Amino acid sequence: MSVISKLAGAASGFAMACAAVAVQADVLFWSTQAKPVEEAQAMREQVLSGAGDKIDYQPNDGGPWLTRLQAELQAGSGSIGVLGALHGDFSAMNPDDLVDLDALGVGAASDTFNSLAQLGTDKSQYIPWMQASYIMAANKEALPYLPEGADIDALTYDQLIEWAANVHEGTGSPKFGFPAGPKGLKHRFFQGYLYPSYTNGVVRTFASPEAVTAWEKFAELWEHTNPASTNFSFLQEQLLSGDAWIVFDHTSRLAQAFNERPDDFVAFPAPAGPAGRGFMPVIAGVAIPKTAPDMDAAKDLVKYMLSPETQIATLRATSFFPVVDVELPDDLPPSVQAAGAAVAKMSGAPDANPGLLPAGLGDKGGDFNRIYVDTFERIILARQPIEAVLEDQKKRLAAIMDQTGAPCWAPDAPSEGACPVE
Amino acid sequence: MNARVLPYVLILPVTLFLCLFFLYPFVLVSQQAFSSDAGWSLENFREVVSYWKFPISMQNTLLLAAAVVPVQLALALLMATMVNKMQKGRDIVLYIWTIPLGISDLAAGIIWLAIFEQSGFLNSMMNGLGIVDQPVNFLSYTHPGIVFLAIALAEIWRATAIMLVILVAGIGLIPKEYYEAAEVFGASPWKRFTRITLPMLRPSLQTALVLRVILAFEIFAVVAALGGTLFPVLMGETYAYQFDLLDSGAAAAMALIILGISIAFTLVILRVLRVPKGATI
Repeated sequence: MSVISKLAGAASGFAMACAAVAVQADVLFWSTQAKPVEEAQAMREQVLSGAGDKIDYQPNDGGPWLTRLQAELQAGSGSIGVLGALHGDFSAMNPDDLVDLDALGVGAASDTFNSLAQLGTDKSQYIPWMQASYIMAANKEALPYLPEGADIDALTYDQLIEWAANVHEGTGSPKFGFPAGPKGLKHRFFQGYLYPSYTNGVVRTFASPEAVTAWEKFAELWEHTNPASTNFSFLQEQLLSGDAWIVFDHTSRLAQAFNERPDDFVAFPAPAGPAGRGFMPVIAGVAIPKTAPDMDAAKDLVKYMLSPETQIATLRATSFFPVVDVELPDDLPPSVQAAGAAVAKMSGAPDANPGLLPAGLGDKGGDFNRIYVDTFERIILARQPIEAVLEDQKKRLAAIMDQTGAPCWAPDAPSEGACPVE
Repeated sequence: MNARVLPYVLILPVTLFLCLFFLYPFVLVSQQAFSSDAGWSLENFREVVSYWKFPISMQNTLLLAAAVVPVQLALALLMATMVNKMQKGRDIVLYIWTIPLGISDLAAGIIWLAIFEQSGFLNSMMNGLGIVDQPVNFLSYTHPGIVFLAIALAEIWRATAIMLVILVAGIGLIPKEYYEAAEVFGASPWKRFTRITLPMLRPSLQTALVLRVILAFEIFAVVAALGGTLFPVLMGETYAYQFDLLDSGAAAAMALIILGISIAFTLVILRVLRVPKGATI
């Protein structure tokens, strides 16, 4: 071995030893949120740099996120300090694996969010961290095609279909964009928007005559939807490329379009159906796994994430809104301003019909989503008859509800015991 | 070292490796597949097989293998014979042809996605040549045939090289004397190919086909990139069970079904292309 390679070996060994020591001292923030590189970097530089301890922010996809967490839980020791994830990710976990956080004395301003965070127990299993919702956005070029007399801030599904049809006719190509791609959040549209707006329910009314109407309407809208929607997962890309002019998606999946070309796009509330203007919040939370190496540092980080300054920094970094009461500054990014206004109009609408996230499904959350995705694929893509598909899928849905015993959540009427599929 | 012991010592590391990283996980996966809340059962298999997408994904996987593998075999044979005939630049051509092998399958899928996308290369080219006025969306649920074709093309481009490498090595092993004798008796090039190259290539063909067919049943990333959810395949469903539904039991059952199909096809190939006992080259 030459002297140089010996030196190089020694240097790299030393570097690795340093890195190992450094990693030991950091609090590992293991998250499914703020995954895009710019957002992750903003989390590290603008949000977490102010925390007392050194924080190692590592975002990852849901699958690998859960795999590592479960491995650490099974091993009984781990390096993850704090978890950041969506309500649905936490509800798939065993609450015993998470540390009770009531003693921290922090929480969201909304009691609904705080009770969701108990995951069916009587103690907070995670602390709500940030919230978002799904809205509509459009290219300003589409505005001249709005149907006569339609108010963009109070659209109905019928008007939306007419608008999309006008654009289709006017430009010669279908320009409605829907996140039906593999990573798209289409199931939330059906659970939180289409079903509540038409049937005033999600589970009870799954196969009702109103549900048949809802799917018929959606099939009409699909006629004017860009067929490539089955590859769309982040509609900001199609807004920017011009492949879609009118779109529905998660606020943070539209943010880039507004930030890059704020003058070209408008954000507006989701449309209303016969049963009101259905919409749904998205909640992300922070939790501590029972295997956290440094419990005090982890708790400090959770408290830090809930402080008003951190919440505003998080809003700038991720386009997710605060869950605590804060005064919003005026100089927010265009995406945040646009989305914030649209969400405010949506929740303040006279016909607002807010839904909740599915609760009590435990690890069957994925199966529950798949019911709605499969129904979409069979009715809309494979053009199977609506009634037959709903009858067939209804059995699977009822099996999931019976198995989990999950009671109904809004807008479904409350139930005793498992929510029935009527 | 004792000559009788030596071979065993030499294969010991790889045996240990396989036991630790293949056999042991395999046992765990089988346990998972055959167990449910109520102990041993076939519940997981019943669940995955009764799902409405199972027949479709099975059909898609088999169709894709049936379309891709024969084309790849023919191409690999052609390319291997060409390389073998070359006097100069043989290594360079071989290197270039095997470049796709060095690209991960997801990257290969994305490369082909860039070609077939609505705003992709194919559309800009057709637009530039005046064939179409507006970009055509090839990869949509309305054109299942084109989606299939795009996936098949990407697979052929990506994975023909693995057969090529094996066949080139196999052709190199065939003694020149056979060809010289055939030429003396006036056999045409085609006859030499079918009567000498193909039969003598049997062991290599066997290996190449077994490898390729097993890989064809495991196709995943290329399909995910190009077809998304439009073209369900067995491996994609397995992934969905594990990571979307967090149902490891069902995912393990799917994995065992894929393993079963692979073993069945391997046995068929081994049997059909067997080298008779005592026949060596």
